[in-house]
Amino acid sequence: MTDAPALHVNGHHDMAGRQLFAPLDLTLPAGQWTCVLGRSGVGKSTLLRLIAGLTCAGDFNGQIEASDSAPLAGRISFMAQSDLLLPWLSVFENVVLGARLRGDTPDKDLAHDLLQRVGLAAFRDMKPAALSGGMRQRAALARTLMEDRPVALLDEPFSALDASTRADMQELSAQMLQGKTVLIVTHDPAEALRLGHQIVVLTAAGATLWPPLDTPPVRDQYAPETIADQAALLSHLRGAP
Amino acid sequence: MSKWAYAFGATGLGLILWSTVVWATGVPHFILPSPWRVAQAGWDSSSLIGVNALVTATEVVTGLVVGAVLGVISAIQLANSDRLYRLVMPLLIFTQAVPVFALAPILTLWFGYGMASKVVMAVLIIYFPVTSAFYDGLTRVPRDIVDMARAMNGTRWQIMRRIKIPHALPSLGTGLKLAAVYAPIGAVIGEWVGASKGLGYLMLLANGRAKTDLMFASLITLAAMTICLYVLVDKVATRLRPD
Repeated sequence: MTDAPALHVNGHHDMAGRQLFAPLDLTLPAGQWTCVLGRSGVGKSTLLRLIAGLTCAGDFNGQIEASDSAPLAGRISFMAQSDLLLPWLSVFENVVLGARLRGDTPDKDLAHDLLQRVGLAAFRDMKPAALSGGMRQRAALARTLMEDRPVALLDEPFSALDASTRADMQELSAQMLQGKTVLIVTHDPAEALRLGHQIVVLTAAGATLWPPLDTPPVRDQYAPETIADQAALLSHLRGAP
Repeated sequence: MSKWAYAFGATGLGLILWSTVVWATGVPHFILPSPWRVAQAGWDSSSLIGVNALVTATEVVTGLVVGAVLGVISAIQLANSDRLYRLVMPLLIFTQAVPVFALAPILTLWFGYGMASKVVMAVLIIYFPVTSAFYDGLTRVPRDIVDMARAMNGTRWQIMRRIKIPHALPSLGTGLKLAAVYAPIGAVIGEWVGASKGLGYLMLLANGRAKTDLMFASLITLAAMTICLYVLVDKVATRLRPD
């Protein structure tokens, strides 16, 4: 794995003749988690897709650069709200999908090791339909880690999970994506405060930073200061345009 | 009750209805023969029907295989290129707008009175449903999955092979089931226009000689063949479902 670079996003995005988000100047610190919050339709997922180099509706005018000046293509892994496991492949085959799609020979030992680390070694030959929602998302995490990319983009990856599974997955992801530059789009202030080294509130007027708590992630979501900050952040979001 | 029991029940009901109409109306047997008379004609002419059925079956199966292979290849090419799709699709729709009946004489002129013109008819009639159904499946892969594959730097062919084609197999199954029903129509139309063998030819011959019972026996044989083909293709289509 190469060292995780910082990412710098500078520009604005126009869609259907209107500005989706105002000019923003955002740095995603190297090897840290940046959580992006904001109302629906403000362009959070568009921002993520732009960084991933995926096609988006509308036009982006600006630049997205890595701190090491190397191209981002091939250095990004992507995890979406749904697990995106292919139902006709086994859990193991899903984990090694990336290598197969590139026409490479997958590292089976690494895949097995990752399945063990996410607690799915015993389920490697099962089809995704036989797994629970939490297990499927763990398989998706193993697939993301198998790519061993320095930058991970997560688009509401835990939003479809029940509360306890979500908390487990947040901890597992934070542990396993340590050292990578992570951008996570979320609707949940509690999740952002728990996981983020940096918290960004995206509005039509641009991006503003919300100061994170002094303690390092993963933070205790029941600590009084976390709960108080969560209430303040929610209030800020409700007041945002 | 199993689906086979329902199928036998429906067949029995149809036969009773048919017999009742013949008995109640007293219609002459050269207009509408009774099921019993048709069965007898089928038994008496079993070798004649068998020989001609084999010819039609060969035309249908060959047409089905060639049409399906061409349809699958075309759908993959069209799904790979928007430009090709925009260029070719209007032509394909135009070919569907021309009635197959209108093409049959010219195809017979081009490909002769033998098996080739019937196979071409069957291919023409099934090519579009197979292409269209498979193309739809190939282009309806959820965007997130394709995005994920692109973020993984998947090659175009590997994304097609490992994601789009497996995802589209149920749609291909639907197209193949339609093709199994349409292919015999193409072959029989070809036989009606010009042939010296096949169930379509035998039906025309029997009709011309007022052997309505033999015509019905040939028709029922054709229907039975089509149903067998459909059941077979349905089994293949079920196996194509990836999950």
